[in-house]
Amino acid sequence: MRIALAGQPNCGKSTLFNTIAGYKAITSNFPGTTVKYTETKTLINGNTCICIDLPGTYSLTSGDPAELEARKHLLSGEVDVIINVVDASLLCRSLELTLQLLELEVPMILCLNMMDEAQRKGIQIDAEKLSNLLGVPVIPTIATTGKGLKELFIEVLRVREERRIGKTPKFSKDIEEIIRQLDSILNSEWPVKEKVPPRFLSIKLLENDEFFINETKRNSNAINRIRPLQEKLEQIHGAPSDEVISSERHALTMNLFEKVSTVIHPPKKDIRITIDYWVMHKFFGYLILVGVFYGFFNFIFGIGGYIEEPLMELFNKWIGGLEELFGKGSLALFLSKGVLQGIAGGIAIVLPYLVPFLIGLSILEDIGYLPRVAFLMDVFMHRIGLHGKSIIPFILGYGCSVPAVMATRILEFPQHRFIVSILTTMIPCAARITIIFGLVAFFISPNAALAIFALNILVVAIAGKILSTLYPEPGSLGLILEIPAYQLPPLQNTLKKSWYRIKEFIVIAWPLLIIGSALLALMEYGKVDLYFNRFLSPLTHLLGLPVSVGTTLIFGLLRKELSMIMLTQALGTTQVLTVMTKTQIMVFTVFVTFYIPCLATIAALWREIGKKGALLAILFTLCVAIILALATRVFFGMIL
Amino acid sequence: MPTTLDQICQNRKAQVIDIQGGQGIRQRLGQMGIHPGDTITMLRYGALRGPILIEVHGSQVALGRGIASRIIVEEVE
Repeated sequence: MRIALAGQPNCGKSTLFNTIAGYKAITSNFPGTTVKYTETKTLINGNTCICIDLPGTYSLTSGDPAELEARKHLLSGEVDVIINVVDASLLCRSLELTLQLLELEVPMILCLNMMDEAQRKGIQIDAEKLSNLLGVPVIPTIATTGKGLKELFIEVLRVREERRIGKTPKFSKDIEEIIRQLDSILNSEWPVKEKVPPRFLSIKLLENDEFFINETKRNSNAINRIRPLQEKLEQIHGAPSDEVISSERHALTMNLFEKVSTVIHPPKKDIRITIDYWVMHKFFGYLILVGVFYGFFNFIFGIGGYIEEPLMELFNKWIGGLEELFGKGSLALFLSKGVLQGIAGGIAIVLPYLVPFLIGLSILEDIGYLPRVAFLMDVFMHRIGLHGKSIIPFILGYGCSVPAVMATRILEFPQHRFIVSILTTMIPCAARITIIFGLVAFFISPNAALAIFALNILVVAIAGKILSTLYPEPGSLGLILEIPAYQLPPLQNTLKKSWYRIKEFIVIAWPLLIIGSALLALMEYGKVDLYFNRFLSPLTHLLGLPVSVGTTLIFGLLRKELSMIMLTQALGTTQVLTVMTKTQIMVFTVFVTFYIPCLATIAALWREIGKKGALLAILFTLCVAIILALATRVFFGMIL
Repeated sequence: MPTTLDQICQNRKAQVIDIQGGQGIRQRLGQMGIHPGDTITMLRYGALRGPILIEVHGSQVALGRGIASRIIVEEVE
């Protein structure tokens, strides 16, 4: 049995999914966290089910790629039961999607989630009445605490057994008549490959749905007979046919909403409104924004620096001990030193910064601060030819470039997706942030590290301006973004999410670091690294770096953390300052921050914006990195 | 008297009369719960002609000024 979770963005689908699946889908408090679907196997009363967490969709009419993905899946004919997750506190708007889902004629359950939030707003919902009106079970739940989920899944089994399909409320008579006429045309001539119910298809064609209209044009001549019906609708109602259908549906949902809900008391005085007054304030909003990120930075450095120092000393002592143990120049020494340095890099350099960073990012995401940042930054993003929503992939980019590139699917326009994908790869990800902290903040000063972040933002802005001039988007509408209410997520969720991301480092990246470090040690033993270094020597010479860092730059393409850990391996010491000047450290870090994205990111770019886009990103970032590293060399050469 | 949404003062309510623009903009706004006939509360303006924040059907939505100026509204008491 396949169960699909469908609903509008930010209604708690992924939270619900995670309670079933353990932590497998990233959740957060902004619309569009899930851009591709995740599935899990689960047991319900002894029945094996596959549960699918779909991206949020405001409606079933073609929209951005994430929404199309969800629709394609619902129409695949493989879904046995749809759980329509609805934010009960936004019932009126959410029912618009519910009505469209009912048109799919798949067994369905309505899950009235976030009941606590609805209560706070003073909205009482008569679930039984709603269930009678729609002909599907309606189950109130609170996914964050798990309340109501057991009942939900018992109903899922029942609905599946009864193959219970809901009722679709009917439009006005004249519209229904046109839908009937269209149905009979479609019966004689089925114009699309998808197996969709005729009524659903008729409505979508009247709504001028781009995807289905194109399918119809490609596969049949029915389009000539559809147009007159659209025109008839336009004549009667004096508005374009898509508007006629959408306002009809809107009227139906308003009607439903009024029948089943009562406002029992005015919304409780909500401290969140006062908070928003300051957070989104014309002036103080920006002060708070700077304060939050400055605090965030200090939090990471405070914790990381405190842990890094003693751990480094400890590992240095051990590494020194190895020399006595195995004797100078032996293979065993090279190998064990390589392995130990890989382990040390993970524990002493990466994790102390990565853990607080990921926990902090999760907290910011879950309470819902990011959409506010999008609101505040919209005006500046417009200056570089984008709009506020693009700030979300950028912020995610500080975690990891791969999800950031994928998050560009929430943007409506292909040109914006292209530009933002390339720009996000230049945002220092957690791995590069640890390099900035571990090298620059640790060996030079925290302010120098801040300067790199500031330089980075400036460069991304300029690059954005250049790219948006080269690839303009004529149809850009400007910002339309839902600003969800703040949530205090259970701390457990935030920690689980952070752990989910930290695990990725421990399981995948760290072993790679250790292997890479050992490999480099072996190469050094066999003097193979000299070839790589010689090959890269034009670049290292140009930037004024020690020739031995050449190999580390190549390893950095696999995982960015490797660049730094390999650096200590390549230089033969963790006391970087004894072999590199401060200028060299700065130049190295600036170069590593901007140069070619890692392999995983290149693969993500390839998927999202194609081979050409990925190649362009590689060349573009390499040029930017060389120019900036040179500028840093000249600048620091003068002041130090 | 009809005006555009971006002309409405803070904390005032307005009813949507018409949305000027093609199917794309109508659809996007419709998804956020903004249709002709709906009542919108103006919550705040962003700095430097930045976006506006409105409330509609119980949810908060940020809209760029360009879009707001294409929503024809009438102020209600």
